[in-house]
Amino acid sequence: MTDTAPRERQLITLDVNGERHELLIEPRRTLVDALRHDLLLTGTHVGCEHGICGACTVLVDGAPARACLMFAAQAEGARIRTVESLAEDGELSDLQRAFTEHHGLQCGFCTPGFLMLAEGFLAERPAATKEEIREVVASNLCRCTGYQTIVEAIDDCAARRRKET
Amino acid sequence: MNDTTAAHQRATGHGRPTTPGGAWIGASVGRREDPRLLTGRGRFTDDIQLPGMLHAQFVRATVAHATVTGIDLSAVLDVPGVVAAFTAEDLELGDITARLGRPASEFVATAMPVLARDRVRFVGEPLAVVVARDAYAAEDGLEAAKVSYEPRPPVVSAARALAPGAPLVHDEAPLNTLLDVSMFATEGIDAVFDGAPHVVRVRASTGRQNALPLETRGAVASWDAREDQLLLQTCTQVPHQVRTVAARCLRLDERAVRVVVPDMGGGFGLKCVVGREEIAVAAAALRLDRPVKWIEDRKDALTASFLAREQHYDARAAFDADGRILALDADVVCDMGAYSCYPFTAGIEPLMASAEMPGVYKVPAYRVRGRAVTTNKAPTAPYRGVSRPQYVMVMERLFERAARELGMDPVEIRRRNVITDFPYTGVNRITYDPGSYRESLDLCERLVREEGWYAAREEAAAEGRHLGIGYACFSERTGYGSAAFAQRKMEVVPGFDISEVRMDTSGAVVVTTGTMSHGQSHETTMAQIVADELGLDIAKVRIHQGDTDRVTYGWGTFASRSIAVGGSAVRLAAAKLGEKLCRIAAARWELSPDAVELVTGGIRRRDGTGEVVGFPELADIAYLKAHLLPKDVEPGLSATATFDVFNDGTFSNATHGVVVELHPGTGQVEILAYLCVEDCGVAINPQVVEGQCRGGIAQGIAGALFEQVTYDDQGEPSATSFMDYKVPTAHEIPDVLIRHLQTPCAFTETGAKGAGEGGTIGAPAAVLNAVNDALRPTGTELDTTPITPETVQRAFGRTVEHPS
Ligand code: FES
Ligand code: FES
Repeated sequence: MTDTAPRERQLITLDVNGERHELLIEPRRTLVDALRHDLLLTGTHVGCEHGICGACTVLVDGAPARACLMFAAQAEGARIRTVESLAEDGELSDLQRAFTEHHGLQCGFCTPGFLMLAEGFLAERPAATKEEIREVVASNLCRCTGYQTIVEAIDDCAARRRKET
Repeated sequence: MNDTTAAHQRATGHGRPTTPGGAWIGASVGRREDPRLLTGRGRFTDDIQLPGMLHAQFVRATVAHATVTGIDLSAVLDVPGVVAAFTAEDLELGDITARLGRPASEFVATAMPVLARDRVRFVGEPLAVVVARDAYAAEDGLEAAKVSYEPRPPVVSAARALAPGAPLVHDEAPLNTLLDVSMFATEGIDAVFDGAPHVVRVRASTGRQNALPLETRGAVASWDAREDQLLLQTCTQVPHQVRTVAARCLRLDERAVRVVVPDMGGGFGLKCVVGREEIAVAAAALRLDRPVKWIEDRKDALTASFLAREQHYDARAAFDADGRILALDADVVCDMGAYSCYPFTAGIEPLMASAEMPGVYKVPAYRVRGRAVTTNKAPTAPYRGVSRPQYVMVMERLFERAARELGMDPVEIRRRNVITDFPYTGVNRITYDPGSYRESLDLCERLVREEGWYAAREEAAAEGRHLGIGYACFSERTGYGSAAFAQRKMEVVPGFDISEVRMDTSGAVVVTTGTMSHGQSHETTMAQIVADELGLDIAKVRIHQGDTDRVTYGWGTFASRSIAVGGSAVRLAAAKLGEKLCRIAAARWELSPDAVELVTGGIRRRDGTGEVVGFPELADIAYLKAHLLPKDVEPGLSATATFDVFNDGTFSNATHGVVVELHPGTGQVEILAYLCVEDCGVAINPQVVEGQCRGGIAQGIAGALFEQVTYDDQGEPSATSFMDYKVPTAHEIPDVLIRHLQTPCAFTETGAKGAGEGGTIGAPAAVLNAVNDALRPTGTELDTTPITPETVQRAFGRTVEHPS
């Protein structure tokens, strides 16, 4: 049995949820693995590793991105936000509350991906219609809910935000 | 309650009974699982990191059927980061063998080795485990493995498997048949068919599907030297059954294995069997004396895990001139793939179909032959609904076909045949407890009419568009107890559940359940039951599941058993604890126990004084001032109860109504409306029930229109990623309008019936019937799923430009 030396590594800096982290990683390490296994931000999930399910969705400079399709090194210099950034002082955000009120999650495995997808989308398109929201929800997979309550949660959150402003 | 939960429930205002002082049962209490899952603080299997942890992946067969002539792992060990690699020979593990207590003429037991030895039977079968310092290096290691094969001819379809002279997948199973049962055969059935005015026939096939939990399988195994125990953390629906198999394969006492289930990202049946990989990972961890993690990648999840649902029916039904069914005769062949799953066996699908096919209808004569055949494809596990989506589809097709032949309305023919007098003992010797079959059918039809879909269908037809309306009326046996499973002749007989309720000195309780939530919200619904029974605030109730050291025993979660069986055990245990609290309170007041009663938060004197003693005070006596206890009351506050079902179980029921529009050019089936009238008895949490309906329906639609695992003629699976295995998105899955009926179950402790599978069961039949209704002008009738765009195009006589 051998335990051979590791492959070549590189030092990178990631800006995640407003904190800067230095990481020594293999160049092939994906962003999602760096977030989950190096920074222990395990809220971001992995459902396919090939860019379809969206469980790994995070915000990269405000825009939803598949963290399984990016190398961690490619995210240097960008502001990354994960699901761990949504609640403040132990209070769920309005989006998170809408998900629980509408029963938009069951097993919760897809949920962080949908939350970050919606967070990025609503910031960009606060006036989105329900149909546009459905379009966006169609970019991620959920096996438990049948999607209806996810669409309703996001739509309700958007409507409430519009009322407040 | 942690702060986030409290804050969340304050903020949302959902989390309490809707009426002040009202019952927790029946309220859409906010899910107690949600705060952690919404904030990224759930803990799933892949979130676990242990010091010194290594990562495993599996060398898998690249051919469907072969004799293995050699496995050379020497180059694997040279790959940077690889720590070890083991074959079956290295690990010396026992086999996993599932058995039925049936004669050899009916069932053949076959062994599934943890790692394949001299023979592989499907592409993806695990041959060796590679352990490395990280997951990337483990993958690298796989590429260096060399396996040599002497190919054998693969058997890739049920028809081929049953053909005379076909190669054998398991040498001990002639004609590749693992189960062959003929049942019921009502006397005189042939004469009924001969004399019947109408006989219709349906030959149907249903596609092989993957249950597809979004979280793939996985395990983290580590040896705990202090406890002298293996800790196996794995996402399973059946922790105690995994413990049994792991202990046997590893030759340990069961106490030396602790299975703990983290948060689970779905299961749907795929995780209710014992897999080989979790056992191999445990063995590797023991061998290396280091924690080892295995997380299945999506390719393996699609090709090498457990599949389901590939069934072939040849069914005939005889009807009288008024559309009443006279007899049913069915031949069911289920393609179970390469191995029999533990503990259910390859008999799971054909036995379910054979026993229960008559369903909601009064069928006077019945004969069925059910077979499980083995092929060189990934093995199967029970998948949400088990066979019921298939036989319900066939039954509903038979009724629709008969309606056409008789010129009857398809709802009317069902109305004439559904069971209306309960309890009803069917020709299949099953007794159906009260349900609302007829009522659900009537209400669903009325809703479709009120929503204007019949009128829309007329208008569309006038415009040359193709709208169709389809229904499925069905029931689903839930709450199978030991008696019902024993009828299947399983060697391992699931059924009962045990719960313990323990109150601490602060008056809070922890409750164990042997069931295993993987999205179904047990932490909320089970707590609602206890809160009601003890008059406690739900914040004082904590549910424990999925830990074989904390939970005495359990059968986990499958077959919609959790609330019906597990919830009943929970209620009984809480009631027992309530009695003990009453006795302590009564003694304190020097009253007899029946002079006091449970009220919210404590025990009250019945004598009108209104005096109440709170739980913390009683708990104080039970633990800290035991000298004050009456002589016949033991110190401590815990109660354990078991629950089992001694009859045929309880039947939930529903009618689904679907409206589709077909687009002849593209072959697309667009679902315009989906209505579901369901009855699962008392709904502990209506919002959760609706979630189960919607999610189930989405999976049923997936089977009806999109998903299918196919193989080429060499047994090579064609879908290895989500590019090829088309999982429906929010584009394809419609909103569902749900209406509830409530026929409480008389023998579960809460009146609840199971609710987990119904959605999945009704959808394929309802969608297929709607498509056929829309195809009416073409004269084509479809009996097979998934319904692909090509099938629809062909039905309209369009040339298919890009046949797949
Ligand atoms: S894990 Fe990234 S898209 Fe599925
Ligand atoms: S809630 Fe389970 S996958 Fe979406």
